[in-house]
Amino acid sequence: MSVTVYVPSDAAALALGADAVALAIAGEARRRGIAIKLVRNGSRGLFWLEPLVEVAGSRDRLAFGPVTVADVASLFDADFLNGGAHPLSLGPTAAIPYLFMQRRITTRRVGLVDPASLADYLAQGGGVGLQAARGLAAAEIVQRITDSGLRGRGGAAFPTGIKWKTVLDAVADRKYIVCNADEGDSGTFSDRMLMEGDPFQLLEGMAIAGLAVGARQGFIYVRSEYPHAVAALKAALDSAQDWLGDFRIDVRKGAGSYVCGEETAMLESLEGKRGIVRAKPPLPAISGLFGQPTVINNVITFGSVPDILGQGVDAYRDLGCGRSRGTLPFQLAGNIRFGGLVEVPFGLKLRDLLYDFGGGSRSGRPLRAVQVGGPLGAYLPESQFDTLLDYESFAAIGAGLGHGGIVAFDDTVDLAKQARYAMKFCAIESCGKCTPCRIGSTRGVEVIDRIRAGQVEQITLLRELCDTMIHGSLCAMGSMTPYPVLSALNHFPEDFA
Amino acid sequence: MEKLPAVEDAVESVLAANSTLPGALLPILHEVQETLGYIPPESVPRIAKALNLSRAEVHGVITYYQHFRQTPPGRHVVRVCCAEACQAVGGEALAEHARTRLEAGELSFEPVYCLGLCACGPAIQIDETSLHARVTPKSFDALIDALEAAR
Repeated sequence: MSVTVYVPSDAAALALGADAVALAIAGEARRRGIAIKLVRNGSRGLFWLEPLVEVAGSRDRLAFGPVTVADVASLFDADFLNGGAHPLSLGPTAAIPYLFMQRRITTRRVGLVDPASLADYLAQGGGVGLQAARGLAAAEIVQRITDSGLRGRGGAAFPTGIKWKTVLDAVADRKYIVCNADEGDSGTFSDRMLMEGDPFQLLEGMAIAGLAVGARQGFIYVRSEYPHAVAALKAALDSAQDWLGDFRIDVRKGAGSYVCGEETAMLESLEGKRGIVRAKPPLPAISGLFGQPTVINNVITFGSVPDILGQGVDAYRDLGCGRSRGTLPFQLAGNIRFGGLVEVPFGLKLRDLLYDFGGGSRSGRPLRAVQVGGPLGAYLPESQFDTLLDYESFAAIGAGLGHGGIVAFDDTVDLAKQARYAMKFCAIESCGKCTPCRIGSTRGVEVIDRIRAGQVEQITLLRELCDTMIHGSLCAMGSMTPYPVLSALNHFPEDFA
Repeated sequence: MEKLPAVEDAVESVLAANSTLPGALLPILHEVQETLGYIPPESVPRIAKALNLSRAEVHGVITYYQHFRQTPPGRHVVRVCCAEACQAVGGEALAEHARTRLEAGELSFEPVYCLGLCACGPAIQIDETSLHARVTPKSFDALIDALEAAR
């Protein structure tokens, strides 16, 4: 019988040379006359070990990494297919502390399953949630999601059950399910990893949402920067139509606009227009895509749904703390030694994530600041590293968890420059509909330039500008750009002097 | 390099396949650009007519989105991530180096704001197909040298 070898095809693994390694392993096996079955899985999310090659052992999967093409011959020499010892051997994958310390729910199959195989997905416990949902009334599905305490994982943390109930109660001939896969925040990649590593789970979550609100058509809006995710989803959909029944899903590509991650701008884009933010109300749940009631959730939110239906509401709700229930797949990024995907229940200390998991900075210098929640997230100083990772604790310090992306910076960072970048990014990406965002961001860059040139009295003006943007902008793009700016100003004033 | 199909034929076949989709404009623009490398200005009236839109509306959409190009790209498009996670590990210096290096040549430089490779930056993408992580100015030059030599 041939041994199964796993080489990830996750975009980050590819960027670190996984394709060449897969090719070398297949070639070397052929040369030696050894039969292997090569599976291109998703990534386990331990990026300092990528490309992480796994071999299916008799009981566990054994990990080797980071593997380069030059290591392949010696791996065969060491008989790695039969558990032979090699300097790159990491033992059973599941026992690697970084993975062992996590509580993977939403990403439980990412890296384990063959993302191209519906049969493998179903064999590894997928599909149970959809099956359960098919035996329930729509209102009962919505009730379970409400009871689970699930909140939107895209950043706004709105209770998912309430959103679904609004769409269920809306009377319309046609309703839509839209998945926001426009994961534009720097420092985030959990959506991408789920789409590439376990795409059927996203499809299942959307199909359950369809049953819950009475929608038969879904769209996944994926950013154009993610061609590998688009390909993985399309491949999954090709084999999933029978399984999904009469629920149809189409994949649509964005076109390089950050603000299209804002839900109403995304709807405009899906309708074939410029991605300009809509005024709310009406809420998309009442009048969304093509004017119809629409459920909009992000990838991780939909990805959490199958487990809640399949494994039970209590199992999910019992994790987490306060009003933040369940788990969040955090993403450790930037200047961090052990960057990757860390799914844990809410309530861990930020410091533990940065040091116990992340191992401190990649450069070896002290960590000076971390930005949590993407380009619209606050910069936190070391004195706030003891904040608990849950929605309320972050709100209490004037920050947000956002989509769970954490970007670490060492002590060479200049926070005045980062504040300028926040304004600059807003100026580049603003949709232009409202004045505080469109003009305010450009004025913000100019004011910060003057401050950095020595006109410190302009700090008052910058604060007033931020106040206007926070209270006068139509959406989060303009109203949250001040978060990184003000946090830099408040916690790192020495960089502005 | 294989010969590109004539603009008119390409646009017609894209329209035939897509113009009845709900919200068809973005899928159409994507497919035109995938086929021709860019969206030629002469295709705009034809697309507008097929979708019952004004030329201004189509033009507005093309120019709104960073991804769409109105002129042919270089032989390869090199996108360098300029977002925070890559900034934290030397992304700015790399982007500056890349911009200078590609300025005069026949490859296109484009800044991109996040490729989702944030735990192993700085990251670049070449022609959507090829990704590279932990790129340094030196390894960048090696990649570009190889692209320039392969013709």
